[in-house]
Amino acid sequence: MAEFRMPSLGADMEAGTLVEWMVEPGDTVARGDVIAVVETQKGAIEIEVFQSGTVEKFLVEIGDTVPVGTPLAFIRGEGEEPTPEGVPEAKPETPKPETPAAQTPTPPAPPSPRPGTVRASPAARRLAADKGIDLSSLTGSGPGGAVVYHDVGKALGAKRKPAKPSSGGLDLDAMREAIATAMARSKREIPHYYLSHTFDIGRAVDWLGGYNEDRPPEERLLMGALLVKTVALALGKYGEFNGFFEDGHFHAADGIHVGTAIAIRGGGLAAPAIHDVDKLPLGELMAKLRDLVARTRAGRLRSSEMTDPTVTVSSLGERGVEALYGVIYPPQVALVGFGRIETRAWAGADGTLSARPVMTATLAADHRVSDGHRGALFLQEIEKRLNDPEAL
Amino acid sequence: MTPSEIKSVVLEELGNIAPEVDPADIDPGADLRDEFDIDSMDFLNWVTALSQRLEVDIPEADYPKMQTVDDAAAYLAKKAKAA
Repeated sequence: MAEFRMPSLGADMEAGTLVEWMVEPGDTVARGDVIAVVETQKGAIEIEVFQSGTVEKFLVEIGDTVPVGTPLAFIRGEGEEPTPEGVPEAKPETPKPETPAAQTPTPPAPPSPRPGTVRASPAARRLAADKGIDLSSLTGSGPGGAVVYHDVGKALGAKRKPAKPSSGGLDLDAMREAIATAMARSKREIPHYYLSHTFDIGRAVDWLGGYNEDRPPEERLLMGALLVKTVALALGKYGEFNGFFEDGHFHAADGIHVGTAIAIRGGGLAAPAIHDVDKLPLGELMAKLRDLVARTRAGRLRSSEMTDPTVTVSSLGERGVEALYGVIYPPQVALVGFGRIETRAWAGADGTLSARPVMTATLAADHRVSDGHRGALFLQEIEKRLNDPEAL
Repeated sequence: MTPSEIKSVVLEELGNIAPEVDPADIDPGADLRDEFDIDSMDFLNWVTALSQRLEVDIPEADYPKMQTVDDAAAYLAKKAKAA
């Protein structure tokens, strides 16, 4: 019997509030399925389960705020015998007893739709059944389009929510606090060095224009997608910029999961991961980027997106400035920054001057892990790949 | 669709991207990206929504014709008629 615990979703996270269960006891879950929604300083995060199995029992009530590491539920692995009620398996020393051990009193279960009908959380189903609302008439805002409590509540015009703050909104003050903690820790602990490299980006600009010319808006690419893919491919050759500094040394990451800095209206910032960017075709990467930006701004991210970035890429875009010098998000060891594309007088290889679109890429890196020489080669690799956009 | 209906659609879709902006406060002659603090992703989402809703093609080359609410409405009105 495995314990599903409150995960740590960032270097600065200490506790989270359980907002909603997305499953109920008896449900089978597969690795990666969203099991619950937890409210943190960074907004409502959908928590994914690490192992497959059957949900056995909930240990925490909706609305409870518990420290990272607190067991939230028992999950029975495949092939295990169910534990008799009230006899938990030998628990390893669990942190503080803020967790109520008693089972949540469950209201009489209304007939729940069998899998294949409307996807909805148990709380949503109960509320809908209580109030006589047809779930299939609602648009779900939960994972995979599932109808969640918030959606039913909205349909009722009800103000009640399953737990405290926004289950689907953002508390920008709390987010700012989380950013402050992380950035202060970064500058305290990480000896940053900075490199910048300016180059002609004309080939990529022309290629992008050609690609987008014959496509409808929903299929077009943004330069940002090219930048993220380029960094991911360059990291294949320069692995010392892709990983974590923990317990006194560098751990190279297995995959290349690029954290993309996304500004949130009203003053927030997040850098959630897109997984295995080096393996994604540009079209697919662009679709993921659009989806990620939308969910980030709606405050609806998944736990793996918060915990998995192996490096961060930040671009202020065409309304930004010439160059961006970033602050590394611990425990990562690098941040690649891109300035805006500017038209400048530029000397070509033959020495003649012309007006060219030019961009400045910067690298902020952890000097405990890498040195300027390799950083410089890494930035030059980025230039080289951006000048071969067909290969991206 | 009448030009004023098209302008409503333009403003409505802008509202989807920048929900905190009050339509009454918008200067229809001002640069959209400054007025609404829109980035290239927002702009693309807006163009996509308009293209699908009004069933017109909006090539990248025409983006400069959509810098203000008035310009965008005028451009789309012409496109919609020609479609």
